[in-house]
Amino acid sequence: MVNIKINGIAVQIKEGTTILNAAAYADMPVPSLCYLKGINEIGACRICVVEIKGVERLVPACNNIVQEGMEIYTNSPRVREARRTNVELILSQHDCHCPTCIRSGNCSLQKVANDLGLYASEYERDIPKKHWPVTFPLIRDSSRCIKCMRCIQICDKVQNLNIWDISKTGSRATVGVAHNLQITQADCALCGQCITHCPTGALRERDDTLRLTSLHGAFSDPGKVTVVQIAPAVRAAWGEELGLTREEATPKRLVAALKALGFDYVFDTDFGADLTIMEEGSEFLERLQHREAYTFPMFTSCCPGWVRFLKSQYPEMIDQLSTAKSPHQMQGAVTKTYFAEKMGISPENIYNISVMPCVAKKHEADIGSINDSGQEKDIDLVLTTRELVRMIRADHLDVKKLSETEFDTPFGIGTGAGVIFGATGGVMEAALRSCYYLVTGKNPYPDAFYMVRGLDGWKEACIDIQGTTVHVAVVSGLGNTRKLIKALQNQEVSYDFVEVMACPGGCAGGGGQPIHDGEELAGVRGDNLYFLDRTSELRFSHENPDIQKIYEEYLEKPLSHKAHKLLHTDHHAWKMPNEK
Amino acid sequence: MSRLSITTKSAAQTTVERLYKDLERRIVASPPGLCPVDLASAFLKLCHAQTCGKCVPCRIGLGQLSNLLDQVLDGEATMETIDLIETTARVIADTADCAIGFSAASMVLKGVTGFRDDYEEHVRYGKCLASLEQPVPCVALCPAGVDIPGYIALVAEGRYADAVKLIRKDNPFPTACALVCEHPCEARCRRNMLDTSVNIRGMKLAAVDYAGKVPAPVKAESTGKKVAVIGGGPSGLSAAYYLQLMGHQTTVYETHKHLGGMLYYGIPSYRLPRERLDEDIDNILSTGVEVRLENRVGDGKDQISMNELRENYDAVYISIGAHTDKKVGLTGEDARGVISAVEMLGTLADGGTVDLKGKRVTVIGGGNVAMDVTRSAIRLGASEVTVVYRRRQVDMTALPEEVRSAIAEGAQIRELHAPIRIEEDEEHQVTALVAQPKMIGLVGRDGRPAPADSAEPEVRIPCDIVVVAIGQGIETHYFEDRGIPIKHGVIAAENWSAVENAPGVFAGGDCVTGPATAIRAIAAGKVAAANIDNYLGYNHIISIDKDVRIPAPKIKDYPSCGRIHIKERDAACRIKDFDAVECALTEEEIQQEAGRCLRCDHFGFGILKGGRETKW
Repeated sequence: MVNIKINGIAVQIKEGTTILNAAAYADMPVPSLCYLKGINEIGACRICVVEIKGVERLVPACNNIVQEGMEIYTNSPRVREARRTNVELILSQHDCHCPTCIRSGNCSLQKVANDLGLYASEYERDIPKKHWPVTFPLIRDSSRCIKCMRCIQICDKVQNLNIWDISKTGSRATVGVAHNLQITQADCALCGQCITHCPTGALRERDDTLRLTSLHGAFSDPGKVTVVQIAPAVRAAWGEELGLTREEATPKRLVAALKALGFDYVFDTDFGADLTIMEEGSEFLERLQHREAYTFPMFTSCCPGWVRFLKSQYPEMIDQLSTAKSPHQMQGAVTKTYFAEKMGISPENIYNISVMPCVAKKHEADIGSINDSGQEKDIDLVLTTRELVRMIRADHLDVKKLSETEFDTPFGIGTGAGVIFGATGGVMEAALRSCYYLVTGKNPYPDAFYMVRGLDGWKEACIDIQGTTVHVAVVSGLGNTRKLIKALQNQEVSYDFVEVMACPGGCAGGGGQPIHDGEELAGVRGDNLYFLDRTSELRFSHENPDIQKIYEEYLEKPLSHKAHKLLHTDHHAWKMPNEK
Repeated sequence: MSRLSITTKSAAQTTVERLYKDLERRIVASPPGLCPVDLASAFLKLCHAQTCGKCVPCRIGLGQLSNLLDQVLDGEATMETIDLIETTARVIADTADCAIGFSAASMVLKGVTGFRDDYEEHVRYGKCLASLEQPVPCVALCPAGVDIPGYIALVAEGRYADAVKLIRKDNPFPTACALVCEHPCEARCRRNMLDTSVNIRGMKLAAVDYAGKVPAPVKAESTGKKVAVIGGGPSGLSAAYYLQLMGHQTTVYETHKHLGGMLYYGIPSYRLPRERLDEDIDNILSTGVEVRLENRVGDGKDQISMNELRENYDAVYISIGAHTDKKVGLTGEDARGVISAVEMLGTLADGGTVDLKGKRVTVIGGGNVAMDVTRSAIRLGASEVTVVYRRRQVDMTALPEEVRSAIAEGAQIRELHAPIRIEEDEEHQVTALVAQPKMIGLVGRDGRPAPADSAEPEVRIPCDIVVVAIGQGIETHYFEDRGIPIKHGVIAAENWSAVENAPGVFAGGDCVTGPATAIRAIAAGKVAAANIDNYLGYNHIISIDKDVRIPAPKIKDYPSCGRIHIKERDAACRIKDFDAVECALTEEEIQQEAGRCLRCDHFGFGILKGGRETKW
């Protein structure tokens, strides 16, 4: 312990604590902007500077540790002047048209500036120009970038893809795509972690809401039947920015909100997740039975960020990916075929919308070869959780007062196995539950595979299924993924089946989820999903009556010819920018 | 009003003069990797501020040039803009009335040709080719990439052994380098912005002086692979050390009686005492390197041939150094009393002696080796030692401190004298060196002023001994005959040490670069070890010892403070022996000097990227 004084008040604090944490601990918090715990402690914005008795210059609190006897002043006249001036300097190069910024109200720069009560600035405004391909799913607005470098650091340290870098030096130093590339030519996985860790509106997803709500949008076309599906992880996060508690933000209330927005059918991607388990689980068992014909491990394929990563970084391993499509694409394909036939709706009149916690899915839906329903697109539009929240806010829906509404049929029933797709380990657990059944004819105890739960970046387990030991691993975060792949290549580990999610914590921490600066909510949201699983009547994908029905009426059996045509895809049929 | 008055500087002028000094030091400390166009633009603004404003090209032209450069930097220029920059700069260079204008324009002109690709990148893509890959200036400039701020921080805490461990991650010769490294790391030290560079070599000296014996790290499991190293100098031994740590068995074939190469045979013991060099060599050998001394690689009897090495080993590293002496090509060069520097220093190193007692010695050359033989001759009792050099003393390639020490020890420097012949008596004994006085002239392409003929008559410098120290060559013939490519007298190796068309053969050090510094040879050994490891199918990682944690910088002020120099024994005393000239730093000196380090690994860009490479 060290003894320090903050603003004259004596405090005892653990050795090695940063001044920033010490001040927060002593309830005299210091504002910060570029700081991101453990990831970006570079002291670039100089907002967190404090005065230390006996030290001539002001010191950033974020990356300096307390020393015995230190006397810290967090609000001295010099500190106040410095903080104010540095914020003004940042604002002089920031596009301050806050009302037209999607992060207004959720912007760390805005908060720091508002807290200071800035009302005018002496500095000439010098706003960088924007240059960005507007059709790319990830948008960078250089006029709103404050060069905190967090995006660079997240991509380097957590995702290990190094897409961003500092470009230029001197007064023109800014964040750019590494190696002077255009973003469309880079290996970006579109995980969106740079977006969720951006303190301002400099990074965002491409906003596609107008394709629904404008005068020329799908909602305005009387001939269109709008069919929306919501991903498992969306239900765990959608209420966060709408003032709902986790208890209030139930899936059924979300259904009510979607109905109120005007969607004709509201389906649950949990159904698609259950369908994925049937196909991917069967595929895994098929590969196990013909071990010699395949390279192991088999990798899950439901995360398009991961698929992009693998294709750009380790193209030689593409055949190890399951050929199963991601749940929303499977569901999109059967919506425009099975559902259309069943309901007597002409498939060209169906407009499929997915609400996803994900940016990469915007790209996935645009892959030409993913479409198998015979229509131009299986999924017409992908919206992130954030875009959905913005649509709800735009319509001024008082969601708290909406009464809970059931999902529509036939894709309205999902099992607990489907819902945990949204958390890291969930796909693996769901697959193991059904694989066990498919091999033994008996259901395991539903929580038998709890070992693959939790926020560890790399988990592994050995599962015994009727005398066969199956080695599985679960990774989330692309940095962890690269470590796992390198360990596989160096033959330090070997597995039969590996689940990969590009975002740390899985889809719950997805790049399309609501943003809370400085907080990582994948754990809390994941807990919510496991709660929904625990309290679900159905906890096995193969027990989903709608799943049983679709195989009976339409798909015959998993891996059937029809299932292959609609639910599986060729990962070689499209290329990443630098893929040979 | 008086008719004349004495000019005194105004307060403003005094301040500005100080700012000029600040600026000079600041430019010295420019980090590598800045945008050259941005810098050209910034320099141009300074030049424009120096303009008196009388003439059009300078008053208006420099401003318009500046605007054009800004257009390039802002991504608003076209290829035609670059042409316009060139035209404008050429006209200013041709027509400005004084140097303020024409030299400023020439600077821009040089840039447009020198880094035209960077101009074009800005125009085409709005981007810059420059990038701050290694933002810590000392680390960037150390050929071996030693973690300098890291070991200075450890030295500051008195953790000398940890400092040695950290240095050895990138350089297994901490002691030799502490004594003789040319310290390119100090050139752009950011401390120059405040006062002057940190005495980095001094900090390394502190580490090795106070560390005691530091054992080598644990080796990786044996791979069963064998690597032959030809030449046991700094490059060969560095490669051997890292290859051993990676689990490969290396055997060093050394022609001489001792290991160490030029560190042993080229550097006199008063600069690098033998027992200090052995500290490094013993540590390297402790990893299990096999050594074959007096074992020349060749096709002769009792020699091992290149073919045998390639057959018996999985990889071969050629690091034979540059040990042959260059001839000066003067009449009388064969006379008795004419010796080469390599020969003289080699004889001394092997314990032999060169009888110079009471003799008059003339040394031809101006490099570090010339200073080494000069100072050795003084110690051997020569009555007078004169260095004859065709350029000026300031143009010498020897380190200024070496020249200073030689003069302090009694050497005479005859600058601007070009040797033209050696006179000998009827018994072929040297009697004098005849030199032609020169006059310093125009600056050549290499940026150095060249010596030009002067009308002064020849000068006869009577002497008994002439030592030729004008550089070394490389014994390439044998390797050339065995199919190793040779270009311009050196072995042609890639920048990753591999030799073209000779799989498994690598080369580095002086035999590839020509005579250079120890640290460059060491760096080449490190590069070779990494690439040989990969060639052998492995990817062993050399990393910092887990227990060596680099201390976080202390929160403190950095007032301007003079640089501590390493003290030397009195000249009158040290010329009597070959013992070490330099004295150890005291602990209080170490504390103060280590505290001057500005920790660029933490402050500035270093904390974002490249501040610390913990492994390779």
